[in-house]
Amino acid sequence: MGRYVARRLLQMIPVFIGSTLIIFCMMYALPGDPVRAMMGDQAYDPAVVASIKKDLGLDQPLLQQYVNYMTGLVQGDFGTQIASQRPISDVITDAFPVTIRLTIFAFTFVTLVGIGLGVVAGLRPDTLRDRGLLTLTLVLVSMPSFVLGFLLQYLLAFKWSVTTPTVTDSTDFGQLALPATVLASLSLAYVARLTRTSIAENLRSDYMRTAVAKGLPRRRVIGVHLMRNSLIPVVTFLGIEIGSLMTGAIVTEGIFNVRGIGIEIYEALTRREGATVVGIASLMVLIYLAASLIVDLLYAVLDPRIRYA
Amino acid sequence: MTIIEETAGSPAPDASRDADRPLLEVRDLHVEFHTRDGIAKAVNGVNYSVDAGETLAVLGESGSGKSVTAQAIMGILDMPPGRIPQGEILFRGQDMLKMSGEERRKIRGNKIAMIFQDALSSLNPVLSVGYQLGEMFRVHQGLSKKEAKAKSIELMDRVKIPAAAARVNDYPHQFSGGMRQRIMIAMALALEPDLIIADEPTTALDVTVQAQVMDLLAELQREYHMGLILITHDLGVVADVADKIAVMYAGRIVETAPVHELYKRPAHPYTKGLLDSIPRLDQKGQELYAIKGLPPNLTRIPSGCAFNPRCPQAQDVCRTDVPPLFPVTERDGGALAGRGSACHFWKETIHG
Amino acid sequence: MPDKTIEKTVDALPGDTASTAGVVVTDSGPAPEKARSLWSDAWHDLRRNPLFLVSTVLIVFLLVMAIWPGLFTSASPRDADLAKHYLGKPNWSHFFAPDWFGYDVQGRSIYARVVYGARASITVGVGVTVAVTVLGTVIGMIAGYFGGWTDTLLSRLTDIFLGIPFLLGALVILNSFDDRTVMVVIMALAFLGWTQIARVARGAVITVKQADYVVAAKALGASTSRIMFRHILPNAVAPIIVVATIALGGYIAAEATLSFLGVGLGDTAVSWGGDVARGREQLRIAPHTLIVPSVMVSITVLSFLMFGDAVRNALDPKLR
Repeated sequence: MGRYVARRLLQMIPVFIGSTLIIFCMMYALPGDPVRAMMGDQAYDPAVVASIKKDLGLDQPLLQQYVNYMTGLVQGDFGTQIASQRPISDVITDAFPVTIRLTIFAFTFVTLVGIGLGVVAGLRPDTLRDRGLLTLTLVLVSMPSFVLGFLLQYLLAFKWSVTTPTVTDSTDFGQLALPATVLASLSLAYVARLTRTSIAENLRSDYMRTAVAKGLPRRRVIGVHLMRNSLIPVVTFLGIEIGSLMTGAIVTEGIFNVRGIGIEIYEALTRREGATVVGIASLMVLIYLAASLIVDLLYAVLDPRIRYA
Repeated sequence: MTIIEETAGSPAPDASRDADRPLLEVRDLHVEFHTRDGIAKAVNGVNYSVDAGETLAVLGESGSGKSVTAQAIMGILDMPPGRIPQGEILFRGQDMLKMSGEERRKIRGNKIAMIFQDALSSLNPVLSVGYQLGEMFRVHQGLSKKEAKAKSIELMDRVKIPAAAARVNDYPHQFSGGMRQRIMIAMALALEPDLIIADEPTTALDVTVQAQVMDLLAELQREYHMGLILITHDLGVVADVADKIAVMYAGRIVETAPVHELYKRPAHPYTKGLLDSIPRLDQKGQELYAIKGLPPNLTRIPSGCAFNPRCPQAQDVCRTDVPPLFPVTERDGGALAGRGSACHFWKETIHG
Repeated sequence: MPDKTIEKTVDALPGDTASTAGVVVTDSGPAPEKARSLWSDAWHDLRRNPLFLVSTVLIVFLLVMAIWPGLFTSASPRDADLAKHYLGKPNWSHFFAPDWFGYDVQGRSIYARVVYGARASITVGVGVTVAVTVLGTVIGMIAGYFGGWTDTLLSRLTDIFLGIPFLLGALVILNSFDDRTVMVVIMALAFLGWTQIARVARGAVITVKQADYVVAAKALGASTSRIMFRHILPNAVAPIIVVATIALGGYIAAEATLSFLGVGLGDTAVSWGGDVARGREQLRIAPHTLIVPSVMVSITVLSFLMFGDAVRNALDPKLR
């Protein structure tokens, strides 16, 4: 077990380097010049641009820049935001807890409601109830989060005045409820569908027949025998979804004005501030990788047939 | 708890009447399935009975309704699509089809237990075998987790699994096929039921292991004086353990007989065909007989005798009239106990 | 390991050779009515599936709209008439008229914009799906077929790309282009999106590779390319199609989201996502300016998802 974790951690290093390198290259190698973007439309002196570039190390070869950046990152130095002159680590420390709160809220929602709906549908496959829930999830999936976001904002905030249209206090879970719902909707629909399929499939399995033949009460047949097996793929999926929820926050935070890393990264992008974007993106990659490691370990705990190899 | 056990242990008031009644009796059972291609009539009026300590072998090809009948007895048919339009399943004289779901559940595993064919898929892959065995005691007898585990180890010893105490926390996939089937048997035996239904218990196993598992089952059955319904398509398995045989075809019993009678003198062309298709050492070099044609489609069972399209002796009457299960007698009319054949020409078949 | 040996010896205990259980009745199921192939069976299922029929009709409708928008409206999506601006409310009964859905903030016909917006969405959606399918299939097949180092390398590469959050990656790439043509958007999304199909293709190829007929073809000396295209690809194609059709809806949603975030097609392009973004200021006073394009996006995504779902149900025998 310990050796497996160690090996997986080692394997994660090249993936982390690869992913961040690609993001880094996309940020700096593609057309679009951060320094020019910084100077805006004002007339600029090529010499000034060159000297700023030199200060920022932007005149070095790309790989060298990446190595410099990563060396800083490992030491906890994310660099400095050009526009605000604040250390990027400060920006992240401010914004990250907000996004974490939003993501945890959405994740809880996804888990409870998604699995709940999936179980309700899957236990009676091919009934009206099942088909209805499947169609509902399909409709949820087809609504991009900005569509659902504006729809709910319009209905709940403007029309019925149930909530505030934007979040003014991100520590207030009441205010976060709406953005969390919107953020959760897509993953929720997927989780419900996956749970439904998994339950419906396992329902037909031989070991379920055995459980009934043993004279176990239905509660136990479903709760112990069916659930343990059916939820294995769902747990795997949920772990991976943590990453998607965090990127999904870019749109949701924008709509509801939640001051989290989603808004920070979006604003940094429009200003073409590479350091901020790459910094936050690296953090997201790290979270995604950590989540997939946890999922793998959890998988082996839940399914004894999987061994740490 | 003790009071209940005492009443269960002491002779019940109607025990005297129990004695002359079979342990399990299936009467005119019908099962059908509603499928996309129409109604599949899987069981069409099956009658059989088993006494305590007796072994009934139910023989037939897949699709003959032998497993469906067993599932109906256990109450584990998928309904829908399955449906039981008519029939009775009497356990100790009581019709289980008229019982409530809860009453039936208490019989399952406790009084009637089942052994399935494929132990690997029939055991829950994510629960340890100790847990799955112990569950029987915890649910039906209310034992604690600890007591249940001790009982599980005892059971595993009982079915001759080596190092039971060390392996009780292992998972099904960690056992060999033969060992897994022993665990299935242990699970069925856990509460010392009155009746065990074994659905092709050895089909998935290696030939050498098959014999061991079969012997274990027969030994335990004798020891506990249980009724056993052995469902199989393997004539070799039947000969050694069964007391009587019911041969099924297209959802009906076509022949019943005490086991050695059947081998000696089959009274139905289908049984005869089955026996003739066994390779025999004394017929080395000769071409092996095979029943021509295929089992019928259950949504369109042929009229008359369902076997008529494949029967070498079929006459016009076979295509129009469904033969009932005729009592089979000696040539002189002398009674043959327990023998019956659903063939218009049983006389010709057995005596001709 | 020691456990294993114990079992073996016990299973092989001598003493019960009495039953020579070798006699077996022919155990064949009922006669199949007629042999159905995966594809004809799938087609049989699809024709009876109402979701498939509805989604096909909708998709055909959307395709026609994307190719010949002029058939649906005579108004131009770019003609701005400030006199009509967004206070020009929809006339829900004026079917197919320019003012059916009212006017946006610049006085352009929302109906015309919605009709002309179909082209961008569908071109990007279909384009990305095709690109991703080709790229993913090639990479996945190479990894699965050759195995060994090639597989390790390509699988790591897949892991790396999976590690990049899709939306974030697309934002980063597209943000650095000033002139975002349809081609640029397609390339950017395909660059990030090929991993899923590559994984499916790799898995399918590994499964098929071990099939007896492929082993036989190899033993008979068939060339690598012949084995790949004649034997492996046709059998790996069903799972790839399933993933691709479902992904199509997702790419249309992605295009709309990126346009909404301002990094989709250039500003001059007519796109639903962009219209939603521009209408967002009017959410309180003129909600129809963003609700109409929003609904169009959702209906389009829904059509393709239903289509993909129906195809999956028909092609995946496990779900039946």
